[in-house]
Amino acid sequence: MLKQCEGSHAVAATVALCRPEVICAYPISPQTHIVEGLSEMVRDGTLPGCEFINVESEFAALSVAIGSSAAGARSYTATASQGLLYMAEAVWNASGLGLPIVMTLANRAIGAPINIWNDHTDSMSMRDAGWIQLFAENNQEAADLHIQAFRLAEEVSLPIMVCMDGFILTHAYEGVDIPTQEQVDAYLPPYEPRQVLDPRDPVSIGAMVGPEAFTEVRYLAHAKQMQALELIPQLAAEFQQKFGRDSGGLIRQYRMEDADTVVIALGSVLGTIKDTIDDLRDEGHKIGVLGITSFRPFPLTEIRDAVSHVRRVVVVEKCFAVGIGGIVSRDVRSAMRNRPQPLYCVVAGLGGRAITKDSLHQLFMTAIDDKLEPLTFLDLDWNAVNRELERERLTRRSGPIAENLLRDLGVVAARVG
Amino acid sequence: MTATTIKFYQTGTHTVGNRLLDPEHRSVQADMRRTNSLNSGHRACQGCGEALGARYAIDAAMQATDNQLIAANATGCLEVFSTPYPETSWQIPWIHSLFGNTAAVATGIAAAMRVKGRSDVRVVAQGGDGGTTDIGFGCLSGMFERNDDVLYICYDNEAYMNTGVQRSSATPGAARTATTPAVGDAPGNVFGQGKNLPLIAMAHEIPYVATAIVSELRDLEAKVKRAMEIRGARYIHVFVPCPLGWGTNAWDTIQIARLAKETGVFPVFEAERDRIVSVSKIRKQLPVEAYLRPQRRFAHLFSPKPNTEAIAHIQALADRNIRRFGLVDPAVEAAIAAPVATGNP
Repeated sequence: MLKQCEGSHAVAATVALCRPEVICAYPISPQTHIVEGLSEMVRDGTLPGCEFINVESEFAALSVAIGSSAAGARSYTATASQGLLYMAEAVWNASGLGLPIVMTLANRAIGAPINIWNDHTDSMSMRDAGWIQLFAENNQEAADLHIQAFRLAEEVSLPIMVCMDGFILTHAYEGVDIPTQEQVDAYLPPYEPRQVLDPRDPVSIGAMVGPEAFTEVRYLAHAKQMQALELIPQLAAEFQQKFGRDSGGLIRQYRMEDADTVVIALGSVLGTIKDTIDDLRDEGHKIGVLGITSFRPFPLTEIRDAVSHVRRVVVVEKCFAVGIGGIVSRDVRSAMRNRPQPLYCVVAGLGGRAITKDSLHQLFMTAIDDKLEPLTFLDLDWNAVNRELERERLTRRSGPIAENLLRDLGVVAARVG
Repeated sequence: MTATTIKFYQTGTHTVGNRLLDPEHRSVQADMRRTNSLNSGHRACQGCGEALGARYAIDAAMQATDNQLIAANATGCLEVFSTPYPETSWQIPWIHSLFGNTAAVATGIAAAMRVKGRSDVRVVAQGGDGGTTDIGFGCLSGMFERNDDVLYICYDNEAYMNTGVQRSSATPGAARTATTPAVGDAPGNVFGQGKNLPLIAMAHEIPYVATAIVSELRDLEAKVKRAMEIRGARYIHVFVPCPLGWGTNAWDTIQIARLAKETGVFPVFEAERDRIVSVSKIRKQLPVEAYLRPQRRFAHLFSPKPNTEAIAHIQALADRNIRRFGLVDPAVEAAIAAPVATGNP
């Protein structure tokens, strides 16, 4: 049923339809509305047969999910930013143990400086942790991806992070088609674990593994992600068949036919990019966009094939690896191995900085002229940066950087653009 | 019910393996049907107090639950020595996740059992003192506060033994560890404020808290049995000497544990909510020196010259335990305190 609701509530309602049995929650913006919604549904009986546990930290939240999942219960939690980092050890543990936990990540920047707004630094910090990472473009897809995530996680016995942009999606009101319980039940069978803690058939889980088998265990984690690479398009196709909606998959392409320039991005910024590309197409430029839905496993072949005919690739990413540059662009570069086309990395939207159509239009025009630097920071305030660098050159005790910049700008968290 | 006088035919020991008793008075370990939850073949050191404590505790828990038991285990000696891949000594469903999250993992298992309608299946979490009093403290306190249906057992050997004997917050003052070496003006561990986990557990007002010691294994069994009769968060703190870390003989583990109790260094008691309901009295009070001398981790207190100040400090802590927990029977205490009778020619 089409419902005008907040992204978080759409996700909460959809997760509830997936019949989770244990939900553990610790508050952190911007994911809190999701678990608030679920706690209400557990309390008022809308979501029966589910334990909702308020824990004392994100580390505990995922640890409770590890316990419940290993004991055979479908388990869910949600987090963001610092919370994901605080649970980092358990993040690796959940995937290492092969437990199909589904976790919503309301993407948010990581401090210091503390910042509650959206970028992708949090999920990227865990990109190698062995979780499947799916990125939602809009709230409909965020909701739909959760249904697919439970199915996929349990089929390959791996945990999945469903990443949705904090605030931009979690707090946005959009029309979302919330499916019926019958539809979800027809798509998502009850959880049938590959390993379970049960006194009727005792097993030890989490033994110490030395060099004699560690490589093989790690390789099998990789092999499972490769299986997921095959499964994700199949599950998306089946989803479309059952729900009548195109959601999920590995990548999505928009106006890619005959494109000379392709923009690659993840998440909600794809909407603004598509609008910009429509304008550029109207102006006669051959430009398209490729959205990556499955960042882990990374669809190397699909991306390689999709960009084979283009002249240049622009990766717009809401994260970067300090000391080297882009994160997504490096993975895209592996997809373009031995290909001559230039690849431009654009770091944009950090800590909630708005990515505007005007800025993107200008950026893509520069790219079309092949005048873009290999690494660009969109809308970077060079004056502010240079002032601070100069201050540090002149004064030994130059003071805390973030506070210096804020003082120079003379604003207090008022401008996002 | 009439009282039965139990006679220990295997006299001179406090043995738990006495099969000459009436079946109802026999220990779990004396029972031919004991489950050997932690089976032979594991890699614990000779004389390991933790292996002993864990086997008795888990066997007792299994008997109390008709074998419907799942365990979560913190990283540490017990985890490493019991599950060298691809072997395991555990006869029960067992999971090791991380060092600091065992109480939370157990909470998750208990939640899963509840939601699955398997409330007959009970959950035990276990870890060493590092995994309990330090890195796992947050998750443990959360589990207590929510009163989750988990029995948490801490096997306290007073340092990080698995990583090579480093100080934990359970390491006593003056003890030598790899990170509190016996050098300088104040050799060994500093005398801090202490971090008494059983008392902290009681401050959470959970239904059941107990301490136990591997020299009183029947008492440990009884406390585990009692704990399994109760729903909600329960905590048992077992004092387990470590021959490797403490520098004691493998064959002296039981003796060292007994001395810890008889000197008042480790109080053995039982509490419900925030109230102590029973105390295991000291049979024959001894000065702390008797406990300290056999341990090489305290050798610097006696040689090259006695560190009377540090020994007095440890004695004062033991005396405080005796007063605080009432470890000595008042009549006995009065007799000790009374001046020697001289009026009878």
